[in-house]
Amino acid sequence: MSGKLSLRAYWLPRPLFSVFLAVLWLALVNSVSVANILVGLALGFVIPVATRGFWPERARLQRFWPMVEYVLVLVWDIICSNFVVARLTLQRTRNLKPSFVTYPLDLHDDFAITILSGTISLTPGTVSAHYDPESRTLLLHVLNMTGDEAAVIGQIKQRYERRLQEMFG
Amino acid sequence: MTDVAIPWVLELLIAVFLLVGALVALLGTLGLVRFPDFYTRLHAPTKASTLGVGCTLLGSMIYFSVIKEGISAQEVLITLFLFVTAPVSAHMMAKAALHRRVNAVKRTRQTPWSEE
Repeated sequence: MSGKLSLRAYWLPRPLFSVFLAVLWLALVNSVSVANILVGLALGFVIPVATRGFWPERARLQRFWPMVEYVLVLVWDIICSNFVVARLTLQRTRNLKPSFVTYPLDLHDDFAITILSGTISLTPGTVSAHYDPESRTLLLHVLNMTGDEAAVIGQIKQRYERRLQEMFG
Repeated sequence: MTDVAIPWVLELLIAVFLLVGALVALLGTLGLVRFPDFYTRLHAPTKASTLGVGCTLLGSMIYFSVIKEGISAQEVLITLFLFVTAPVSAHMMAKAALHRRVNAVKRTRQTPWSEE
């Protein structure tokens, strides 16, 4: 609660995020001019202050390369998942075996859990439906479960959660 | 149509991206019609919208980069925003459906309310 620090923490909670927003604005309008830079800086100032209350504890990326690997795996899996869902769409939908699965989380960081649930929704045949912070589980809906529950859980753990744990330490 | 001549290789590439994007979007829409209940219908658009729109935007990005001389980055950003927001909206819809206990098809295994 020392005066100067809390003032900065109040009005400029995330300096890097502010810069990022300003650059993002410039990329969106696709032209660099004084007016656009000023608008970008204004957005970079207002948005972090206005959304301060919603931010979770600051998550720290521990390592860079696992993140690159993660993004590449994710893009590949999104492409694959489209083929999987496309095939299921064209088949007789009567043969689908939908199921709910409760997924036990090993991750602790809120931000990492958010990324994991987003990843689950974008990858083949699974959508995350509910996060239970008390039992620390995600409820997933599986479009077509051919194997058993453990197989689905094992695959997500092996492919995504392990990598996220490496990233966030 | 255009004043600037586009090399045929790039023209082909643009056409392929646009067609694949449209096809993926079509399949996603088809899934919306064909799947049996709310929860299964969630699967089609979350995946198809990201890749379908992504492909269309890639085509657009190549086209405008050739025409206007200079890389247009907006398309990359739009794709990125979609990747971030699509799973969130799917999650919120699923959550709302669970809360209202929207019926799942009978053969769905392990529905969360069957244990209560």
